[in-house]
Amino acid sequence: MARAAGEIEALIALMARLPGLGPRSARRAVLHMLKKRGMVMEPLSQALARVAQTARDCRVCGNISDEEICPICADEKRATGTLCVVEDVSDLWALERAGGFKGRYHVLGGTLSALESIGPENLRIPQLVERIKAENLREVILALNATVEGQTTAHYIAETLAPTGVSVSALARGLPMGGELDYLDDGTIAAAMAARRAL
Amino acid sequence: MSLRLHRLTLSRFRSHPRVEAVFDGRPVVLHGANGAGKTNLLEAISLLSPGRGLRRAASEELGAQPADLGWKIEGEIARNGTLHELETGAAPGQSRVVRIDGKTSPQSGLGRLMPMLWLTPAMDRLWIEAAEGRRRFLDRLVLGFEPDHAEAAVGYEKAMRQRNKLLRDNVTDPRWYTALEARMAETGGVMTLNRQATLARLATAQSADSPFPQPELILADDTPADLAEALAESRGRDRQAGRTLVGPHRADLSALWAARGRPAAQCSTGEQKALLISTVLAHARALQAMVGHAPILLLDEVAAHLDDARRAALYDALCDLGAQAFLTGTGPELFTPLGNRAQTFRVSETAGDSQVTEEDLP
Repeated sequence: MARAAGEIEALIALMARLPGLGPRSARRAVLHMLKKRGMVMEPLSQALARVAQTARDCRVCGNISDEEICPICADEKRATGTLCVVEDVSDLWALERAGGFKGRYHVLGGTLSALESIGPENLRIPQLVERIKAENLREVILALNATVEGQTTAHYIAETLAPTGVSVSALARGLPMGGELDYLDDGTIAAAMAARRAL
Repeated sequence: MSLRLHRLTLSRFRSHPRVEAVFDGRPVVLHGANGAGKTNLLEAISLLSPGRGLRRAASEELGAQPADLGWKIEGEIARNGTLHELETGAAPGQSRVVRIDGKTSPQSGLGRLMPMLWLTPAMDRLWIEAAEGRRRFLDRLVLGFEPDHAEAAVGYEKAMRQRNKLLRDNVTDPRWYTALEARMAETGGVMTLNRQATLARLATAQSADSPFPQPELILADDTPADLAEALAESRGRDRQAGRTLVGPHRADLSALWAARGRPAAQCSTGEQKALLISTVLAHARALQAMVGHAPILLLDEVAAHLDDARRAALYDALCDLGAQAFLTGTGPELFTPLGNRAQTFRVSETAGDSQVTEEDLP
């Protein structure tokens, strides 16, 4: 394969490290930009430079935006007394895309892991306890992954919040939308059966 | 209802540069000199079940030496009339992957499609060596009946490793322990129930008129009914030990030669082996009663340890069960009583490369 010049090659290598891209797709993307320098590449490079300057973690919830306080935390209409706890910003964005939740969020930034030396103090759990008092919250929804690590962290947070008297709930586990029973794994079917509800 | 490995293809697996064998469902005899590559073939088949196979080898040991070109095992199975393609292997420098019918799949999927059990010469001392080997054997027996057992065991192991790290790091936060102990109690409870159910199934599948001694299998498990509470109480002791001292990971399997009332560990070497074979046959009978087919059996050098009467009885039992058993031995004469009831292959080796050739019996 013919090799592009040094700087371009370095750009391709940087792009190839992005999630979802590999060496081939990075090469295609860079070539596309090179062909449309004015239309695509310059606006993109300016946007990248700007966002690299302005992006910051929200001081309250841990979401990433270009303000010190993210738009969700700044929006008074979202002070519903309900707080949704997620592992990562990507989970927050997924919940926002789904659009069903009107309250505010709290991003932990990971899960408890003794093996990786990630303790409660590395996870913004103390900040969560502070927010319960400061924001007069009534309900905390734990939207954590259904993995051993996620469930351990959920259990830990539930224990930690017990003395505050706030009501703690977790996302339901079971049948996905449009899901067919026949194709589900046994564990999911059992969870769906246990979490059945009256119609 | 039946289960058989119909076709096996190996590429650069240990001493086998390339093998393509077709099995017709009869027991399979593999004979050849020491070091010819018989056990390597059994190991390849064992890797089509969850876990690290019958040698518990790491993925990077499995390729043909010295060049690291990767390795691959493909098996075509016929289960209750449906064909499935199983594949496992590793590209150079990458970790092992499993594909079922062309789709990447977790290893537990293999156990659902093809229950499997093996006996190797290393297990001859199973009844007298450390409990770990017996626990592993027990869990493999369980896996045949309860394919979800592997997931419970992995979940338990994960939570326990986290808890052991907390103990060693002298972390005292009680909520962190409680959270992990809740996971351990949940998954550990499933493990214990599965193990008890399996031993109950085996007990009903014993055959009184078999020439093999019938074992009474006992789960030696002092895990308290409320494991979460027991773990909470044990934190101080556990911290001093640096590990978790109660739970199903400490369980043991013990066996008694029922007719003589003698513990397996006090039986002769031959009787210990016979108790193991007897357990494997009971498992095959119980699985057949439950799902309609026996598991795949890998019996490495089993024939050599048995007298003529028991050898013939083993062969008859395998044929009666319709079990696809893979038997290895150094010479074809060990398998004479099987005659045409088995399919026979000769395994040989030249310059480090193994060959597998099917033989027609006269």
